[in-house]
Amino acid sequence: MFRFILRRLLQMVLAFFGTTLIVYALMFAGQGDPIQALAGERPVTAAQRAYLTEKYHLDATGVGGFFYRYFDYLRNLLQGDLGQSLTGRQIGDILAAAWPVTVQLALIAMAVTILFGVTAGVLAGIRRASIFDNSTLVLTLLVLGIPTIVLAPLAQYFLGVKWQLFPPTAGAEPDLYALLLPGIVLGSLSLATALRLTRTSVAENLRADYVRTARSKGLVKRRIISVHVLRNSLIPVVTFLGVELGNLMSGAIITEGVFNIPGVGFNLFRGIRTEDGPLVVGIVSVLVVVYLVSNLVVDVLYAVLDPRIRYE
Amino acid sequence: MRVRRLAAWTALPLAVTLGLVACGSGGDGGSGQSDPNAAVRIEIAEPQHLVPTNTNETSGSQVLSALFSPLVDYDEANKPHEVAAQSVTSSDNKVWTIKLKDGYTFHNGEKVTADSYLDAWNYGAYAPNGQNSSYFFEKIAGYENLQGEKPKAKTLTGLKKVDDLTFTVTLTEPYSEFKTMLGYTAFYPLPKAAFSAPGVLVDGYEQAPIGQGPFKMKGTWQHDAKVEVTRYDAFPGEKPKVGGVEFRIYQQPTAAYADVLSDNLDVIKTIPTENLSTAATDLGDRFQQSPASSLQVLAIPTFQKEFAKPEVRKAISMAIDRDEITKSIFKDSQQPARSFVSPVVAGYRENTIGAAGEFDPAKARAMYEAAGGPKKIELSYNGDGGHKDWVDATCNQLKANLGVECVGTAEPKFADLLTKVKQKQSVGLFRMGWVMDYPSMENYLGPLYSTNGSSNYYGYSNPQFDKLLAEGAKAPNEDEAIKKYQAAEDLLAEDMPVIPLRFGQNNFGHSTKVKNVEMDLFDRVNLLKIEAVR
Repeated sequence: MFRFILRRLLQMVLAFFGTTLIVYALMFAGQGDPIQALAGERPVTAAQRAYLTEKYHLDATGVGGFFYRYFDYLRNLLQGDLGQSLTGRQIGDILAAAWPVTVQLALIAMAVTILFGVTAGVLAGIRRASIFDNSTLVLTLLVLGIPTIVLAPLAQYFLGVKWQLFPPTAGAEPDLYALLLPGIVLGSLSLATALRLTRTSVAENLRADYVRTARSKGLVKRRIISVHVLRNSLIPVVTFLGVELGNLMSGAIITEGVFNIPGVGFNLFRGIRTEDGPLVVGIVSVLVVVYLVSNLVVDVLYAVLDPRIRYE
Repeated sequence: MRVRRLAAWTALPLAVTLGLVACGSGGDGGSGQSDPNAAVRIEIAEPQHLVPTNTNETSGSQVLSALFSPLVDYDEANKPHEVAAQSVTSSDNKVWTIKLKDGYTFHNGEKVTADSYLDAWNYGAYAPNGQNSSYFFEKIAGYENLQGEKPKAKTLTGLKKVDDLTFTVTLTEPYSEFKTMLGYTAFYPLPKAAFSAPGVLVDGYEQAPIGQGPFKMKGTWQHDAKVEVTRYDAFPGEKPKVGGVEFRIYQQPTAAYADVLSDNLDVIKTIPTENLSTAATDLGDRFQQSPASSLQVLAIPTFQKEFAKPEVRKAISMAIDRDEITKSIFKDSQQPARSFVSPVVAGYRENTIGAAGEFDPAKARAMYEAAGGPKKIELSYNGDGGHKDWVDATCNQLKANLGVECVGTAEPKFADLLTKVKQKQSVGLFRMGWVMDYPSMENYLGPLYSTNGSSNYYGYSNPQFDKLLAEGAKAPNEDEAIKKYQAAEDLLAEDMPVIPLRFGQNNFGHSTKVKNVEMDLFDRVNLLKIEAVR
């Protein structure tokens, strides 16, 4: 187990550098004129251009320039300095402000997914072809069919503005209540997937040999479901949720925009829009770490759920 | 480079067209007792900078308008009048004497003196400081010596202190509108406390700017969240009618709109396009419109052979039904334009393009064919600014009315479009927007159409036009200047280097908790007029 984790950690280091290199290269290749992009439609003065070009080594172009800038970035990164965004703010500060609120949002979404998605999935799996199963099928299809870009403003309008059940926007330092609505909206998509996944898995395992054995031994139904079926059924669901955690953090762009939450997704979007290379690479680097860690946690969880899985 | 180009219109949100049904919440905002100590909440986007000489977008300048008091401001007719200045005078339009009013102090108690202005302006003009609004000082003598990577001088020779409250500004060339210019954000003063050494700004000054205006900072700038200010009681000028302002930062105007509907926010400065059709029912008389300074045009690369004849350009203009597009696509949130300058400046005349502005398909077609216009027209625009709808509509009109082929071509960003235009690549006609820096006819003419104009992308050059502009700058008074500028505009009407399409408008709304909400020509809420209602 220990060796397994150690080996994975070493792999993570490689994966981290690999991904940042790729992201950096993509950003470098896709960069048109970041100084103009920063200014929008306003003209940029020669003085301003010279100032920013020098500050961000934007004159370093081509392959040599790319490695010069990448290693410059890496050197700063290893000293714990994420550098400055093109707007002159410390990326570390931006992330420090954006991170907590996004984590809260993701956790609420995750809780919603587990609480409703997994529970309903188990019930639907047990009572296959019942009214409950069929109605959840219709509901999940409906939720999967409505993109967040429609769902979020609709929820905001009806629940926030019209019926005033929730505050319509959350802002930068929201309380739990203000985050609830965006959290539910964000969670609803993975909820549907988690529900379908759990249902299939439970339905499959109900027919497994060990379940038949347990039943013939005369175990009570509740014990069969909670210990034998559920535990084994959760493996694909946990895999999904692990990856989804990363997705929720980076993918909350629309939800964060609609509910005015200045989180990670929003900053990533802003960075891409303004061709702010340093900001994009900085955020992606941290997201890569989140993905890697959550994948590791998922792998370790496998053994907890299914003792047949061993780590070499 | 002088004029800020329409950033606001690019910010138009891209999508999210929802079939939201209006739920007339109605509301009669504007009755009730006003509370002089309450704070009001105003929507802004994240400012880029909060240093006067570095701020040239509307969110930053909205915040600075609370923290600073300008030398001059504009009256109903958009002519300048003194605010922080006692007088701004000149006998030859070249050497200007600025006397300051006594009694102004910075929020840290420091007295405002002539030096406060000289230090701030020298800092702004010095190229290595990389200030966005640096070019505002280019008319002042000695500006060139502050440019380049290693400038020859650190201060402008044209700025001279006379006494504590008086200084003179010498321009390189006479400029009759200099007083008008002084109302712009870049000309605010800075306190001694803003500098750590002469010409070096204190690190982090813009996190909590110290100004001499009606409000002072409360805490620091909370990025992506808010900037809060409270009333500065020692302010000698006109007192605001609220205790403070919270500038709340929004990433999307739709979020701000939802907050205004539920009274969580007091003022939204620009109602998102997708909500415009329902805003009147949603907000009732809390939905307001007022003139804005922007102008949308179709620019024509006059250097290209097929567009070289003015008749071709006039025929295209005549084939466009401006009223129809403004109504059906913009839901009357903008106004049709038939002049080269905006109605918000002194000297504006209606319909200066004359017959070219009248929608007359038959005449347009005859004229177009007689002049031998191209069989295919391309309309280029930036795809990130929500321009597709009106460009397509315009194209359809040209197809129908001129019998030509027409395609709308989207470039990813406005910068990409400009790069192509600068390299004289063929982009066909392209859209341009314009926002003024200070209310003056010259601001709509000089940079755009003079031979060396900083934003003259269409290769237009007319010596007579250049001459009239120069005469306007030397004119002894504003009325004389306007006459020259109008004559220059008449020349444009003959040549039609661009086709004016629409004038902008502020479309704003407010909650039931405020009244007397006014927007000025710079897309800013008038903070001295707004009142909070209990």
